[in-house]
Amino acid sequence: MSALLEVSGIGIAFGGVRAVDDVTFSARAGEIFSIIGPNGAGKTTLFNLISGVYRADRGSVKLAGAEVGGMAPEQLAARGLSRSFQNLQIFFRMSAVENVMLGRHIHEDKSAWRHLLGLPSTARQNRDTRARAMALLERVGLAALADRQAGSLSYGMLKRLEIARALAAEPRILLLDEPAAGCNPTETAEIDRLIVEIAKSGIGIVLVEHDMKLVMSISDRVLVLTYGRVLMEGVPGDVARDPRVIEAYLGAGLPGSEGSHA
Amino acid sequence: MARFLANRWISLALVAALIVLPGLILPSSYYFRVGALVFISALAVIGLNLLLGFAGQVSLGHAGFVGIGAYAVAILPARFDVPVLLAVPAGMVLSALVAFVIGRPILRLKGHFLAVATLGFGVLVAMVLANEVGWTGGPDGMSVKRLEIFGERIRQPRDWYWISGTLLLIGMAIAQNLLASPTGRALRALHDSEIAARVAGVDVARIKVTVFVISAVYASVAGSCLALLNGHVTPDAAGFLQSVEMVTMVVLGGMGSLFGSIIGAAFLVILPQALTLFHEYEHLMLGILIILIMIFLRDGIVPTLHRLLMERRS
Repeated sequence: MSALLEVSGIGIAFGGVRAVDDVTFSARAGEIFSIIGPNGAGKTTLFNLISGVYRADRGSVKLAGAEVGGMAPEQLAARGLSRSFQNLQIFFRMSAVENVMLGRHIHEDKSAWRHLLGLPSTARQNRDTRARAMALLERVGLAALADRQAGSLSYGMLKRLEIARALAAEPRILLLDEPAAGCNPTETAEIDRLIVEIAKSGIGIVLVEHDMKLVMSISDRVLVLTYGRVLMEGVPGDVARDPRVIEAYLGAGLPGSEGSHA
Repeated sequence: MARFLANRWISLALVAALIVLPGLILPSSYYFRVGALVFISALAVIGLNLLLGFAGQVSLGHAGFVGIGAYAVAILPARFDVPVLLAVPAGMVLSALVAFVIGRPILRLKGHFLAVATLGFGVLVAMVLANEVGWTGGPDGMSVKRLEIFGERIRQPRDWYWISGTLLLIGMAIAQNLLASPTGRALRALHDSEIAARVAGVDVARIKVTVFVISAVYASVAGSCLALLNGHVTPDAAGFLQSVEMVTMVVLGGMGSLFGSIIGAAFLVILPQALTLFHEYEHLMLGILIILIMIFLRDGIVPTLHRLLMERRS
């Protein structure tokens, strides 16, 4: 399998702090590639660099072989990159199904003229978009709440709603930023199953997650970040046993630090 | 009931009924004039609600576009012999162009900065209209040629009641079309999270300009109607107070509610007329009423009542 997403030597500094420094990795289609590391290691910043929210100072990002560094999020969306957010970014005033329908924006006709006139073609497309969105809600177990306002759904539901919205774009690669954060064990298990299923369908997944059990059980490969740099990369078993990783997480030998991240 | 109101044909029929039924029983041309003013304001407020209530982008200068529409039907027929019926679309095109040109740089601003920039635009239009005396007649304004259809002069408030009522219905239907489309979903989405909208592939800058242009055209049509109804325009039509009144109508009726736009407009047009009974306390009463509504119906009249209905049902 060839690499779908290739990140090489990417870096950004805020003031004097190198939040992400010379990070290189690649993720393949159908693979679950996880990025772990202590709080503040730069995982979300790395996601923001890849998804075009931040502009990298150095390095390059390639999507299916084409250079996409410096592109805006909407351009990346059109090229098949989608993501979820650590702190929920939901359209709270819209219904659950409308949230997912928006996810299909790149596949929809964008002529405001036709939309203003309410042409039959727009109505047809709306029905099609809604049907696809409903199927995705079904898949994440929210179909019964489709017409509820998103703002009235629980946290765990919104986490799944975000995944459904990201899937609606039919991405080739999906970046998931702590999809199970703040979820109870049942919800986590459900998201766990969902992620494996998505990867099986051929979508490449890059996962940032704090839940070590989840990461170790579903990942194909794991990248460990500390202080914005790559500590190591490997299969879950090797990573879990590596003394450097244990030290980074438990802060062995560093007085006053806590090991509460796992 | 709430479900009932959500259906677009039913809400359109409701608006049609609110136009037709009073039209059958109103006793004098004074009432028809007030009715026409309600519909014209509602048209402009629907446009502003798309921008402010749905897309979450403030404009404190929207009366500027009302002014452009009003002076288009005043100046073009008087100075260039353009037929009045052509001057209305000319005003729409001009408003759209102006909105397009200023929209791109202005809409990059957010919140208070956007408010101040749009305020500046509105003040600018009002100043141009007041100072270009040769074209606009200056602060005293100018008279407007009456609309003629089949050689018939349209000057009765009763006629304008039906014309503006029809335009309001069309404007409402177009706004419904837009909101139920991908563009509509995109503009509502950016209200809650611009970054999530962008990640989903929405060109946020483009959508903002699109909705700004659309709302400017609504304001322009309303301005043209207003000028033709009154037979006279002054720069006040584009003034800051008018812009603030439009925003108040949106907020009072309900941000993000098309029906609320009509209620908000009706409220602020009819109430001052009704409150003249109280003579010198008129403005005091109006102010207190607005404050009370904002305290007790915080989301605006229509959305709050809608929610109460929903809660009673479940």
